[in-house]
Amino acid sequence: MEDIKVKEERSAPQDTPAEAVITVSHLSKSFGDKQVLKDINLTLKKGENIVVMGKSGEGKSITIQCIVGMQEPDSGSVKVLGKEVLELNDEELKELRKRIGFLFQSAALYDSMSVRDNLSFPLTKVLKIKDQKEIDQRIEEMLDSVGLSDAIDKMPSDLSGGMLKRVGLARTLIVKPEIMLYDEPTTGLDPITGREISHLIVDIQKKYKTSSIIITHDLECAKITANRILVMSEGEYIAEGTYDELQSSDNELVKSFFI
Amino acid sequence: MNIETNKLAVKTWLESAGDTCIFFYKFMRNTFSIEFEWSEFVRQCYEIGYKSFTLVGITSFIMGTVLIIQLRPTMVDFGAESMLPKILTVAIFREIGPVITGIICAGKIASGIGAELGSMKVTEQIDSMEVSGANPMQYLVATRIIACCLMLPLLTILGNLLSLLGGYLAMNFTDKVSFYLYFSKSFNSLTFTDYLPAMLKTVLFGFAIGFVGCYKGYNANRGTASVGIAANSAVVTASLWIFFIDIVVVLITNLLF
Repeated sequence: MEDIKVKEERSAPQDTPAEAVITVSHLSKSFGDKQVLKDINLTLKKGENIVVMGKSGEGKSITIQCIVGMQEPDSGSVKVLGKEVLELNDEELKELRKRIGFLFQSAALYDSMSVRDNLSFPLTKVLKIKDQKEIDQRIEEMLDSVGLSDAIDKMPSDLSGGMLKRVGLARTLIVKPEIMLYDEPTTGLDPITGREISHLIVDIQKKYKTSSIIITHDLECAKITANRILVMSEGEYIAEGTYDELQSSDNELVKSFFI
Repeated sequence: MNIETNKLAVKTWLESAGDTCIFFYKFMRNTFSIEFEWSEFVRQCYEIGYKSFTLVGITSFIMGTVLIIQLRPTMVDFGAESMLPKILTVAIFREIGPVITGIICAGKIASGIGAELGSMKVTEQIDSMEVSGANPMQYLVATRIIACCLMLPLLTILGNLLSLLGGYLAMNFTDKVSFYLYFSKSFNSLTFTDYLPAMLKTVLFGFAIGFVGCYKGYNANRGTASVGIAANSAVVTASLWIFFIDIVVVLITNLLF
């Protein structure tokens, strides 16, 4: 495939130091005969938002699953916050995961628990916080920051798609992760709610100084949230650059994403 | 069936056996951990024990009643009507009570656990728990299996007592039998060897129900259909394990006692 990587100046966030929080090198992964990732290289810098775009089934989600150790790659290396993920034992991986937030496409709220219990779960089970006052305070603060203070005692089945995403985001952020991984955060939402979630992702980046990888095929979400965009096709990154750079690319395949 | 199909079947079976062993190892490691989830364990005891009691109780009561009604004419023919409490008690405590309770619980509890965990798996809730740094094996699996091991014997004891009560009422349909005489005849016929192996059996039944339900649910594939498959498969597998455990324990206890 033609290598058309755009290497012009990128619009990195103003206060971004050069320190890399995630470094993926030569990552490959196959399922049976199908190779979904082919020699992937990716670097996420501190405070940066990277968007990975591509068609469905191209291996975008598998990349971030390899980063958190949910999938074991066939070859390559994944370094997160200075640690080689593939060399960690169960306990070390658990410790590393406490520093990473992962928002699933479906938000993955625990449907047998209320919003309050969903948010208190990571505090009590992951951070092992015992002080009920502190737990309540952090839950209220986090729900307030995603604009859902009124939903504290609701069950997930009572929430709309956008509200589920917000609560999922609040549950992920409550442990104050350094890195956020978003798997299709706006999929299944109406354009207005999708836009709200995208702006929320940017607010989170600014407020909590998180570094994020956002997997999406939503152009508007990419435009709002990305400091840098990677375009993926058939398991490879075929282009890299800012939204404007990629939009004016001459490559037909890249152009097809931005129509 | 050709050789390739056989090879594939053997490979699938070996993979499944390997997965089961790994799941068992993880369960053991998380059960004997200082971070055992006691509050979730208590909640599961309530869900598994208390919420199954009505079904087990009613079924056991009817079982005792029906057994007496069915046995009575034959016993009368042999002039051994007075043996009815003893026969019922030994049959219920040794075999019928544990197995019936086990089968009922396989249907209710194993399917419930299989469907619940299967649905959590399909909707990425288990992945979400794992990726957040929490321990789903400890929170979801260890608590459910241990709760089953504890609740099955208790449900069986209560079920057995209700079976005897059902038998007592059935005897009073035709004859007037004193409550004291009936129960003293019943319990005097029981020995240690009637009781202990049967109780041991129910702990193993509980383990089989909890383990199979959790394993099938935890390893459900993606897609809503797999939730149904996990629940169905959990009931079938747990029921077969109950009969298998039953015969093994009976053979062993016959050798020992």
